[in-house]
Amino acid sequence: MTTRLFGEPVQRREDARLVTGGGRYLDDLGAGALAAAFVRSPHAHARILDIDVSAALDVEGLVAIYTWEDLPGALAEPLPLLIPHPALTHGRTAYPLAKEIVRHVGEPVVMVVAPDRYLAEDACALIRVDYEILKPVVGIEEAAGGAHLVHEDVPGNVGAHLVQEVPGHGGVPAREAVDAAPHRLEFRLDIERSACTPLEGKGVYARWDADDGSLRIYSSTQTSTSVRMAIAAKLGLPLPKVEVVAPDVGGGFGVKIVHPWPEEILVPWAARLLNREVKWTEDRREHFVSSSHERGQVQRVRAGFDDDGRVLGLEVEILHDHGAYTPYGIIVPIITSTQLLGPYKVGAYRVEFSSLYTNTVQVTPYRGAGRPQGVFCMERTMDKIAAYLGKDRTEVRAANFIQPGEFPYDQGLMFQDGRPLIYDSGDYPEALRMLKELIGWDSFAEDKARAAAEGRRIGIGVGCYVEGTGVGPYEGGHVQITSDGRVHVSTGLTSQGQGHETVFAQIAATELGVPIEKVSVVTGDTRRFGYAVGTFASRAAVMSGNAIALACRKVREKALRIAAEALEADPRDLEITDGTVHVAGVPSASIPLATVAVLSNPLRYAFDEEARRATQFAGAGSDDRPPVAEGEEPGLEGRDYYSPVRSTFAAGMHAAIVETDPDTAEIRILRYAVVHDCGKLINPMIVEGQIHGGVAQGVGGALYEKMAYDEHGQLLNASFMDFLMPYATEVPHIETAHLETPSPLNPLGIKGAGEAGVIPVSAVIASAVEDAEGIAIDRMPISPSDLHHLRLER
Amino acid sequence: MKPPPFDYHGPVTLGEALDVLAEAGPDGKVLAGGQSLIPLLNMRLAAPAHIVDVNRVPGLDGIEAGQDGVRVGALARHAAVERSPEAAALPLLRQALRLVAHPVIRNRGTVVGSLVHADPSAEMPAVLALLGGSVRLAARGGEREVAAADFFTGPMESALRPGELAVSAFFPALPGRSGTAFHEVSRRHGDYAVAGVAAAVTLDEDLRVTAARVACVSVGPVPVVVDVTTACGPRPAGSAGWEAAAAAVRDRIEPEGDIHATADYRRHLTGVLAVRALRDAAAAAHGEEA
Amino acid sequence: MNETRHRVTLKVNGVVREATVPGRRLLSDCLRHDLGLTGTHVGCEHGVCGACTVLLDGEPVRSCLMFAVTADGHEITTVEGLARGDGEPSPVQRAFSECHALQCGFCTPGFLCAVTAFLRDNPAPSEEEALEAVSGNLCRCTGYQNILKAVHRAAEIQASEIQAAEIQAEEGGA
Repeated sequence: MTTRLFGEPVQRREDARLVTGGGRYLDDLGAGALAAAFVRSPHAHARILDIDVSAALDVEGLVAIYTWEDLPGALAEPLPLLIPHPALTHGRTAYPLAKEIVRHVGEPVVMVVAPDRYLAEDACALIRVDYEILKPVVGIEEAAGGAHLVHEDVPGNVGAHLVQEVPGHGGVPAREAVDAAPHRLEFRLDIERSACTPLEGKGVYARWDADDGSLRIYSSTQTSTSVRMAIAAKLGLPLPKVEVVAPDVGGGFGVKIVHPWPEEILVPWAARLLNREVKWTEDRREHFVSSSHERGQVQRVRAGFDDDGRVLGLEVEILHDHGAYTPYGIIVPIITSTQLLGPYKVGAYRVEFSSLYTNTVQVTPYRGAGRPQGVFCMERTMDKIAAYLGKDRTEVRAANFIQPGEFPYDQGLMFQDGRPLIYDSGDYPEALRMLKELIGWDSFAEDKARAAAEGRRIGIGVGCYVEGTGVGPYEGGHVQITSDGRVHVSTGLTSQGQGHETVFAQIAATELGVPIEKVSVVTGDTRRFGYAVGTFASRAAVMSGNAIALACRKVREKALRIAAEALEADPRDLEITDGTVHVAGVPSASIPLATVAVLSNPLRYAFDEEARRATQFAGAGSDDRPPVAEGEEPGLEGRDYYSPVRSTFAAGMHAAIVETDPDTAEIRILRYAVVHDCGKLINPMIVEGQIHGGVAQGVGGALYEKMAYDEHGQLLNASFMDFLMPYATEVPHIETAHLETPSPLNPLGIKGAGEAGVIPVSAVIASAVEDAEGIAIDRMPISPSDLHHLRLER
Repeated sequence: MKPPPFDYHGPVTLGEALDVLAEAGPDGKVLAGGQSLIPLLNMRLAAPAHIVDVNRVPGLDGIEAGQDGVRVGALARHAAVERSPEAAALPLLRQALRLVAHPVIRNRGTVVGSLVHADPSAEMPAVLALLGGSVRLAARGGEREVAAADFFTGPMESALRPGELAVSAFFPALPGRSGTAFHEVSRRHGDYAVAGVAAAVTLDEDLRVTAARVACVSVGPVPVVVDVTTACGPRPAGSAGWEAAAAAVRDRIEPEGDIHATADYRRHLTGVLAVRALRDAAAAAHGEEA
Repeated sequence: MNETRHRVTLKVNGVVREATVPGRRLLSDCLRHDLGLTGTHVGCEHGVCGACTVLLDGEPVRSCLMFAVTADGHEITTVEGLARGDGEPSPVQRAFSECHALQCGFCTPGFLCAVTAFLRDNPAPSEEEALEAVSGNLCRCTGYQNILKAVHRAAEIQASEIQAAEIQAEEGGA
């Protein structure tokens, strides 16, 4: 059999357990653990006057009730601000349990521990909290007005303000470039909130080992290593006494990268205090009101361009709604500002954002992380320029593209990782050519006319994006070949359905020349690998993939060295096939990796057959050399890290054909086409799956999903009944084509793929609906009701 | 999201069920399919002291068709009615049932439960209202039959009194040369309708409209029935005044806006759906004649 | 404040199981926490997501919208019971894996149960019928395309197995 598995659509190794009910998700663990539940604020903004728990004390088996006043030491302090930034002058985070003031509906106020979740909720229902209701700030406009404040000490509700400017030729500022351009457009765009909404909510399960003084925590997280450090710090425990495992995680999409969630430190704290196992499983309503949302922005755009549609100057002013707190800093508006330019060269660019507090759920990255908003802005701009000039929309885009010969291309901005925004590679004209062919762009006018003759309205739309992926600082990989010939791979980052067990095994099998069946992969378990950043920003394949490849290369080198000695050959003449090292061209001169592993570890104790052979080999060594040579280590294992200088930039272009009902204003996507370039593909089947899922989330964001807050700050649709996540009936069939422009930045030539699908969808659908209707679409999502009113206003 | 505690009762005869309900009075709630009740309990939006689970009561799952209509028992699941040859006598039942939530919900949910739940966005109340059907309510000491017009009293409110069990509903047959249709627009397939219209049209021998009625969902506190016979006829179905009928419907309804749609859009949409439903109903009536 | 508990007997995946539960115990929680069958997942607890779908006397139902006491005396099939006796994954399970119809896998048990019952009743579904069959289950990862593909693939596998069994039976008879 072949061991060349990189690039093959290998079936997922996760599936065997997941299709048989053998997965182990957070709430599947800890049978018999006590259950935690929380009393959460019913008000968007209020002062806590009194908490009366007396009625709850009669609940059967009640174990504990905690309020902020019960929290000791660092637990009583605000949660960490994970990613500070100089522009975030007024960063604020919540307390694990509210202290005096609550700032959004859903903020945790009281924690209850009871024998099961039913009883814990009974107790919560009996706890009386008196509030003095304060004026809530809801919506971007109200926040910007600053008449009322979310945080008393944050004037104007402005958490952060940042300007980036890339002047044009000769240092011409963007404003002047726009003013001097032959043509100008000014407009406003609105994007509503949505949320990650994984099918499994968050959850934490903690076991305190009193004898050992150690904690084991399972969390449905995107970063077990950092949760571990946060817990050790907050509870004052030595790091080696805390281990955190991310079990099977039922989707993340960004929300689970935030940490520590209040529950992630409260549950371990309670477990230790009570010396009992404690578990908290977030329910759906909690997830809506007490995790994170994203997307909400208002953008004001000024664009200046020439007769060909080339953008000579672009000014964008963004009001970003970051909700009540900023634990994840201002990553989202920074990404919007910097990724907005997409595949285009813009003469001069100025972007300014204000990140504003509102009395709503906090905003942290959701798949795409600010990019969908940026792309919406840029692509609406392209369409408006085309409409203004009466040109084909793809022509205007092509006129602005960075050309294949211009890489690396420096956009002159500072990216989310604090490093220069330099695109590594890409071929945008080819991607657009492929897309136009895939969707039939050039013949669409005829289709549209034919449909019109039948009384039908159809429209076509397009959207392009560039996505910085695989951001640093690093990930690591550890690879060990044991004396049974098995290959054990571990990396610190976590998995939420991306198929890491499969793709990392593909990489390891390819690098080591072993059958994939011999390879097992563990992710997100600090017992196996303690250093990691986490799974976000389409970085897992790039970061851990390369780290694992590098670790494998170390192991391979060592294996060849040992084998060469055993075979009395030159290591340069050796290769590994099917788990056996052999001299190239001489199959008989070979030694299995299992035996090499035995050789690598001179043991004293013969506890099994393999070990007996090892003791023999060890004894056979020379008397004047130590059994483990200087500079060597026992065992056939290797660890390495991948830490890139900067991100790698994937790109894609989507097109859609929609039909709008002339009477009911219903919007139906007839076709959806994707051309995607994430460099070399490790597993095309998995990449396609990522694209499908991303597009589906994008369709949700474009046509169905929003967070409907009323003026009191109540979330009116905090359920799957009214938050309209698409079913199969709402998601179109997705046609895909791949372009592979390898990244020159990493050994595998790969770029990230996780977020890509979602990024341009709102822009594409807006473009298509605009084409069908002839009405400017400047606000997303768009519902039939919205479209109906746009028609009336026409 | 776990239901609050309650006393569970699992009666095995109708008499026992009615006894338990009588004793529980206003604190009692009947559990049949549970597809509307249990979400409310899980969200702790309802906290009845007594749940009376009638799933073990024999004889309540009947679906009987007669000359005059179809009677559906309290435990007849949506899916059973949808597939039942008896219910096929009334095509509107199937036309509406395929719009009720999703197949898996229909496996458990009951037609009578939908009626008692009295959600003005739901399909089955509109069907009962359009056909002028009735609900049979049993209590210890007797039964009463309440006409649809009197049964739906407000959003999620019906004429059901404490201690009563809705044992069946009766959907009357339409006269010969009648046709029906149900059109709705929902945000997602299977969601409650943003607006929806059930229509029934009866033609005479010359294929002229002699009766046309619609029942509209999601545009009032209860299903809104509008008789549009005058607006439509008496004219041949092909040239009937559907638009005039739609205008009459738009005048009669009282939609409200919510997070999914404005009141204006609902009004507009109901008119559009009324035209579609009436036209299809007329075509069905014509087809039946042919 | 001690709640009355009820003794419940369920036949789950062919095995008679007993539990003693309060009246309000949801069937989903009973399966997961009282019987340890954690393959059935809970995604919303208000009947919309479908992750908790199990077969009640062969018909798919939401186990979060049913009390365990109501299911007393009934047969339940969960995802743990879909594979054959010898542990060989069922055609639907195999098709989901083959077609990459799952990513995080959390919603998958609900889809598997719904599709299993659907293909039993409709072994050769049209595109539209397959779509309707999975239309009540939410998935946030896959975009559904591969799930739909898997429904048809499962139908194919099922059909070829039935055919193979028939041939074997014929040969056996001859």
